[in-house]
Parts: sequence; structure tokens; C-alpha cells
Amino acid sequence: MNSRKATAALALATALALGASACSSDSKSSDNGKKSSSSQGTSAAKDAALTGIVNASDQKGGTVVMENSDVPDSLDPGNTYYGWVQNFSRLYARTLLTFKPAAGKDGLTVVPDLATGLGKASPDAKTWTYTIRSGLKYDDGTPITTKDIKYGIERSNFAPEALSNGPTYFKAYLAGGDAYKGPYKDKNPNGIASIETPNDTTIVFHLAKPFADFDYLATFSQTAPVPAAKDDGAGYVKHIVSSGPYKFASYQDGASADLVRNPQWSQATDPIRKALPNEIKIKFKVNANTIDNNLLAGNTTVDSGGTGVTPQTQAKVIGPKYAKNTDDSYAGATSYLAINPNVAPYNNADCRKAIEYAIDKVSVQTAIGGPVKGDVATTLLPPTVNGYTKFDEFATPDNKGDATKAKASLAACGKPGGFTTNLTARSDRPAEMAEATAIQNSLKQVGITANIKSFPAGKYFSNFAGVPSYVHQHQLGLMLTAWGADWPTGYGFLDQIVDGSAIKPSGGNNLQELNDKNINAALAAAIANTDAAARTKAWGDIDKMVVDTATVVPLIYRKNLLYRPDSATNVTITQAYLGMYDYLLLGSSK
Amino acid sequence: MTAPIETTQAQAAAQPEAILAGAGRKTIEGRSLGQIAWMRFKRDKVAVAGGVVVILLVLLAVLAKPIESVFGLDPNAFHQDLIDPSTTVPKGGWGGMSMHHLLGVDPQYGRDLLARIIEGSWVSMIVATGATLLSVIIGSVMGLIAGYYGGWVDSLISRVMDIFLAFPLLLFAISISASLQDGAFGLAGLKLRICVLIFVIGFFNWPYMGRIVRGQTLSLREREFVEASRSLGARGPFILFRELLPNLVAPILVYSTLLIPTNILFEAALSFLGVGISPPQASWGGMLNSAIDLFYADPEYMVVPGVAIFITVLAFNLLGDGLRDALDPRSK
Repeated sequence: MNSRKATAALALATALALGASACSSDSKSSDNGKKSSSSQGTSAAKDAALTGIVNASDQKGGTVVMENSDVPDSLDPGNTYYGWVQNFSRLYARTLLTFKPAAGKDGLTVVPDLATGLGKASPDAKTWTYTIRSGLKYDDGTPITTKDIKYGIERSNFAPEALSNGPTYFKAYLAGGDAYKGPYKDKNPNGIASIETPNDTTIVFHLAKPFADFDYLATFSQTAPVPAAKDDGAGYVKHIVSSGPYKFASYQDGASADLVRNPQWSQATDPIRKALPNEIKIKFKVNANTIDNNLLAGNTTVDSGGTGVTPQTQAKVIGPKYAKNTDDSYAGATSYLAINPNVAPYNNADCRKAIEYAIDKVSVQTAIGGPVKGDVATTLLPPTVNGYTKFDEFATPDNKGDATKAKASLAACGKPGGFTTNLTARSDRPAEMAEATAIQNSLKQVGITANIKSFPAGKYFSNFAGVPSYVHQHQLGLMLTAWGADWPTGYGFLDQIVDGSAIKPSGGNNLQELNDKNINAALAAAIANTDAAARTKAWGDIDKMVVDTATVVPLIYRKNLLYRPDSATNVTITQAYLGMYDYLLLGSSK
Repeated sequence: MTAPIETTQAQAAAQPEAILAGAGRKTIEGRSLGQIAWMRFKRDKVAVAGGVVVILLVLLAVLAKPIESVFGLDPNAFHQDLIDPSTTVPKGGWGGMSMHHLLGVDPQYGRDLLARIIEGSWVSMIVATGATLLSVIIGSVMGLIAGYYGGWVDSLISRVMDIFLAFPLLLFAISISASLQDGAFGLAGLKLRICVLIFVIGFFNWPYMGRIVRGQTLSLREREFVEASRSLGARGPFILFRELLPNLVAPILVYSTLLIPTNILFEAALSFLGVGISPPQASWGGMLNSAIDLFYADPEYMVVPGVAIFITVLAFNLLGDGLRDALDPRSK
């Protein structure tokens, strides 16, 4: 009875979808034909998906075709650090919490997924308790328990010998995290003691220090349940057990994957997924220009990498014909220049201020590709991170640099004629090399000679800019870098780049070697604060404290120009996942 | 590649083979081999044209800095007001060509392309000639020694050549350029990059030269004049450098002129891979490389350095062919 109804509904939906696609192919010939099928939501217009859902649809069916110019680090939810895989894996791996599939700022809201509600924190923010829904099942019909979630966290955070890709925040924050050797080496069936599973639906985390952002860690793909019996470490990616609405029909390492409906998934246990498409196909290692051409032709639904079109395509799609299908979205990352105060003459704050005032940020912006590639930045936190507060501490007219103020600062620092310094960038990052070239030109205008030193990106932090002794020895005073948060809050963004503890002998990201006790204390106080509003405000204040030290010059809030074909439905940007399209919502009329 | 020798009356008078005791001449003189070659070369209009272009290019490279200052060209000055910020491509057609910027400006920064072509010429030339000189010196010496002494010396040097020829040059170039980022050998910055490029390109190309010289030496060492000087008690080095080397000048010179364009292209290829000259210094290869990303949007940016490299390579090739024909008429 039920199934017959479903079949009828499916048939009807298919018919409708066919009709809709016929309609759309008609409207394609008359160029300005509007989509009539999108009853609610926004119709196609430039940047429409930044704030609304474009081509909103409730029709089930269709195949979403994704292409990627590279390969993922892994599709295993416990072995990935890629932003797009975090977004994509939610189709087959549900997590404790996740980000709300919604347009605009709403997309930064954390909502329960497997859990019934957000984490219940102890007053000291050191113990976090979650309860998961009942009736959850894997694609083989076996029930999902909190033990599997615990196991998923253990394998992903504590076993770098098998799964080396993902972040290790659980290891860093869980009590006893540094001692536990992971489930492959430590055969004790109880696992790590600081994650308790008193019953099959409850999971309790005991942290070593207060951490009020824990709900954000609970959105990581690492909290997806993995049945221990099915896990074989690095080989698990070939037979991932699905907890979401889709399961793997096929997976070819480094080539492609095919997701089909998981009949064991039930809408009743999942309030956030609509699971409209019947099938999701993804292909890897497709040439970036080919992907763009496929998008323009409507053969591909989305470029899964989410980093935007190539420069070739960019020049094409900003024209009137394609512009309405583009979204220029914040990538959640800021490019900035770190000034190292341990390198002369930057031990003098006025010399640092001279740099702050001298740089023409508009010139930097033009060099990397204009407003399409990013907005001029005055803060470290980009606008799409919780806690962003607008301020401009070293304002210059139109952000074009202020030679007068820069020269005054130079005089105050005792170098009225300027000086010679080194400027580093990553040689295989064209945008960063362009920034370096533009900054070098800006500084020349006030008499500062900057010699560009470029290093390969793979060794930039481990061998060069991230090694204080190397930096001091080679007088690398100015270092270009870019930073995006692992989770979209001020703490997730700032902790690794401004906290004194982030200065490491090698591989650190605190390039400006900032170790200000007020900033360290403010970070520690804010992350222990369970009052979300107060915490959010604190991030903006800390950001300002950092910029006031004149050791960082925020340059650009990076943006990506994304293209959505007419056949893509329910398209919206998710700010939580680096400004790419939300893959939980995305459907296709094809 | 030589122009066909037409025996018009005027030219007949210039035929070096013709023994002339013409009415117009006051004295009868024998001509040296050099003079004969020069006369043959002069008749080859294409080669002369190539030679003229080469001389102009060398002058351009040598005088790059003075030319820039006389004409007020600054290869590194930004003119971002000429750039359309939404595409970073120069405003207007033809890559932003105007009276002020005769070849247009580059995307992203708006730097004058003419100035950058002139500035890039000395980098490309110095790298190409330096690398050629290095391979020619090593190659000639090793080829002479291997060819003259023969035996185990020849075997050893020949196997070393084989090893060099089999060496994955590009990988080595990338790794050495990447590892020598900062100062090394008392050099830093641009000087270091140029020296590294010269070394990488020159040091791995010598076996080609070596093989040619070795082959020629093998046949020369059996000739009577070598026998004679040996029987008169001349030692190895004297025979090598005073007897054999002058007879090898022709192939060495010809091969050098053919090697220079190859090396210009190689510098371009290395810049293309990002291991060449670091910014903001202009080099032809570097310009070609950065033009790739915006090829469809701003094709003119690729055409300018492309044409410059094309003209240079063509000119050197024509000159080389002409020299070969002039110095060694049997090779035709």
C-alpha cells in the first residue's frame, strides 16, 4: 500500500521533472525566459545564492553531477581535512551536529543531526553531553549507537599511522588525549576513557580544559559513526558504511564515485535533509577548464571543489550572458601580511606602522584579480565568521595607502629614507605572488625596498616562514600568508595564528610571533565562556587587539566566483563550508 | 638554407674558387680561409639578415638599461588605472596599446610591455649565451680529450656523457632551483637565479657538444699534420689546443649558434615551470608563463613575448645555418 503510493508519487515527480526540464530547454532559446517552476525562493540573478535559495524546488528525482579538478584527500569522513569533503560527506555520513542547510547567515547556525539537540555543557565548559535519536540505522540495517560515534572519533584523531589527513582537535581537547594510542594500536575495547557512552544513545565528552566551541567540533565529519567491525583503517574508504540518505553504489579510488539512495535512511529521523536527487555522481581529476565548460553547457551541476572558475572562465562569465548564474562568495579566508617584530627594524612599532600605511590594498586587490577575487580587508576575521566586527585601525584614503602617514611613521622610527627588507610568498600560489609584487611596488613609493623571496607552498611553514630561527637568521621581516578557519568562529580562526602557544619551532602559523599576554588571556577567557553572545563579541575585540599591535596587515577577504547552471536546483552558498554551495540542498532538474 | 649561387657576372668575379688576375686588381693576393668564408657568408642574404637581427638583439640586451632610462621606460612601474578590475585585463583592445604604451601593458599590474620586453632581453640573452658558453667549453675540452687519447679515457668520458644525457634534467632543474631559494655561494637574489639557470642549462647540455667534437677529433687525429707535429715531439696539450682545436672552430661555432636559441627556449620553459627568474624582474619566459592563465581574455600578452622569442630563435638559427654553409661548404 505504502510502497505503491510512493511509486505513484515517484512517477508523478518524474513526469513533472521531465516536464520542467522540457520547459527549461524551451526557455533557454528565448534568452530571458524565467523559471516558472521555482515557486518560492530566488530566481537566477547575480549573487542570488549568497542570500537566497536559487531555483527552489521540492521535486524528488534527478541526478546531481559533480566534477573535481583534483582528488579528495579521502572520502572517508574520518580521514579528510578538505572543506568540500566535509560538506559532501554529509550526504552519506551523518554527524552529531551539523550546519543548517540554509541561505545567508542562517547557514552558520549549528543544528542537531544525529543528536536530538545541541550539546549540554557543564558550567565550566569541560563536560559535554549529547543524546542521539532512536531508530537510526546504517545502510545494512544495523542500528547506529553512540559507541560507533566514539569509535569514529578514536580512529580519526588518534591513529595517524592509518588515517593521517584530518584535524586532531579532539586529541588536543579531550582529557588524556595525548596518551591514547588509537584503536588500531590500543586493543582495549573500552577505548579512550574521556569519551563515555553510558548507553546506546548517550555520549559524554570530558575535556582537559574549558572549550565553549565544542558544538562546532561536533559538526566535524569525524563525529560520523563508523561500525568498528567494518573498519579496516585506510581501506575503509572503499566500503564506507552509510548513515545518511545516500550510499555508495560504486567507488573508484582517484577516479569517481556514485551515490544512490540508502533505503534504510528515514526522513523521520532526519529533520534537515530533503534528499531530493535520486543519484549523485562525482568525477575526479577533470581538467579545471573542462569542468567550467561543462558547467556552462549545463552538463555538470557543480564543481565540487567550490573554489570558483578558472581565470579563463572568469573573463567570460562576468559578461552579461552568464553573470546572472554566478555567485561571488566569501571563501572564509583572509590574506594578510605578517610583520615579524623580532626582525629589524620591525622591533620598532613605527616601522611596522609605516608598512601598514604604505600598502595600497586596492592595488593588491587588482593584482589578484579585482573585486571578484576578494574585498579589501581591514580585520583578520572575514565577514562570514561568527564574531566578525568591522573596524579599520590604519585607515587610508580609499584603502589606497597613505604615503604621507607612512613617511611620518618612517621618520618616527628613525628611518626617514626608508630601508631594505625581505618579503616572502609561496611560489606556487599565483595570487600570493601577485600580492607580493603589488606590495613591493607600494613600499617602493615610500622608499622601502622589499626583496621578494619565494618558497614552495609545501615547505612554507615547515621549513621557512613557519620556523622562527630561519626567519630571524634570514631577516624575513614581511611574510605573506592566508588563513581560513577550521570552524567558523573567531576562536577557530584566531587561535592558531595569534595565540602565543601557536609559535612553534617549526610548522607554526603564528608568523608574526605574536605572544601578547593580554591577547592570550582574552582568548582563554572567551573560549571558557559558555555565553554564546559574549563569546562572539569577544572575538571581534580580540581581532582588534591583534591588529592594534601592527604586526599583521589584513589585505583581502578572499572570494570565489562560483557558477551554477540553470539545471541546478536549491542552490545556496553555505558560509560554514568556505563559501561553496550547500551539497545537502543541491538538486538537479536533469 | 643558403641562397642558390647564381653565377651572374658580378658574382663570378667574387667566386673564391676562381683564380683571378683581373684587370681591375693591382696585386694578386691569396685569400685566407676566413676571408673565403666571409665572402660566402656575405652572399647568403638570409644568413646576413639573421646576423643583423642577432647583432641588434645583442645591442638591445647590452644597452637595455640605458635605453629604458633614455625613453623613460620603467619595466616595474604599475599603471593599474589601465586595468579593468573585474577581469584584470587591460582596458580597450589590443592589450591596452596606446601612444604611451606601444605594446600595451600586462594584466594585473599594468606594467609597460615594451619596457618589460627590453628588460627581459638581457636576462634571456645572458642566460642563453652564458649557458651556451659553459656547454661549449666543457663539451669541447672533453670531446677533444676523448677523441684524441681514445682507449679507456674515451670509454670513461663517453660513459659520463651517456649518464648526463640520461639524467632527468628537468627534475634536477626544478629541485635545484627550489632548494636554492635564498643566498648561496655568496650570491643572492637575481644574480643567484641567473647563475643557477646558466649552470643548470649549461652543465647538462655539454655532452651534445662533446660528441660532435669527439667525432671530429677522431678523424682529425689520423691526419698527416697531427702525425707530423707528433713526430716533431709535440706534447698532448699542444696538439689538442694548437693543432686540433683551430680545425674544430667551424663546427663549434656553428653548433653554438644553434644552441643559443635552444637555451632561450629552455629558460622560457623553466620560467614556465616557475623555477626561473623571480618577480618582479622581467624575463621573456616568465612573461610567457604568466600569460597562460589569461590567454583567452588577453591574447596580446602572450603574443608579445612569444614573437620576441620567435624572432630571436629564428635569427640565431638562420645565422647558424649560414655560418655552417660558409665555413664548411661540403656539409650542404
